[in-house]
Amino acid sequence: MITRRAFLFLGLFVGSARAQLPPNIGELRKKALDEAIRKVVGNAQVRTGKVKLELPPLIDNGNTVPLSVSVESPMTAADHVRAIHVFTEKNPQPYVVSAYLGPRAGRARISTRARIADTGVVTAIAQMSDGSFWSDSVKVIVTLSACLEEGLI
Amino acid sequence: MARVVVNVPAQAKRGEVIEIRTLAGHPMETGFRRTQLGELIPRDIIRSLVCTYNGAEIFRADLHPAMAANPLITFTTVATESGTLEFRWTGDNGYSATQTAAIKVV
Repeated sequence: MITRRAFLFLGLFVGSARAQLPPNIGELRKKALDEAIRKVVGNAQVRTGKVKLELPPLIDNGNTVPLSVSVESPMTAADHVRAIHVFTEKNPQPYVVSAYLGPRAGRARISTRARIADTGVVTAIAQMSDGSFWSDSVKVIVTLSACLEEGLI
Repeated sequence: MARVVVNVPAQAKRGEVIEIRTLAGHPMETGFRRTQLGELIPRDIIRSLVCTYNGAEIFRADLHPAMAANPLITFTTVATESGTLEFRWTGDNGYSATQTAAIKVV
């Protein structure tokens, strides 16, 4: 039979229940983000600039975060934005959305609403018709996280 | 039933850049949440949105679980000719919704 004392000790070990998340969660998330970006970008170099990612710096509710991405581009047949991808650092799956545009878009600007799990960096990457990649990152603070109702960590 | 809303200007000048707003009523269940009994709620999301203008594709988006519920997507296009814009959403569990909007170009 399990004594009361043993039960309490057991609770101490099991119940320090960060055990749900692996201890190196930070590294794992970073790796997942890198992998997701690599999948889109391949081996190409991603430069900062040209892209403007707009979202509120302080987010009360991570379940619905309005964001918009605009890219400097003439949007002609010869020089246009082919795709816009958005990633978040802390989500269980970093991929948010990818939008495929073309010269018929007229203006390279999309806006949408995302879920953001935790305080961290949001990145937008634009793929140009010449194959180059440009990005912009914004650091946001999230007070109520999305994805996991009980919150992360 | 699937509820979707699109907002396209009824009339536009030729060559004008118009803004198109689309909204689909959908919970976008992430697959990471649990019920009170601890069972994982299976993923149920809209995976893609395709917009065609008189049959030619002008915009396509791949959505992922990190999109907020009731996904709103705003984009632009050049008004080239009168006709119809067709929007098609597809997702998990056979979800599919279409909506059309007419535009008059002067």
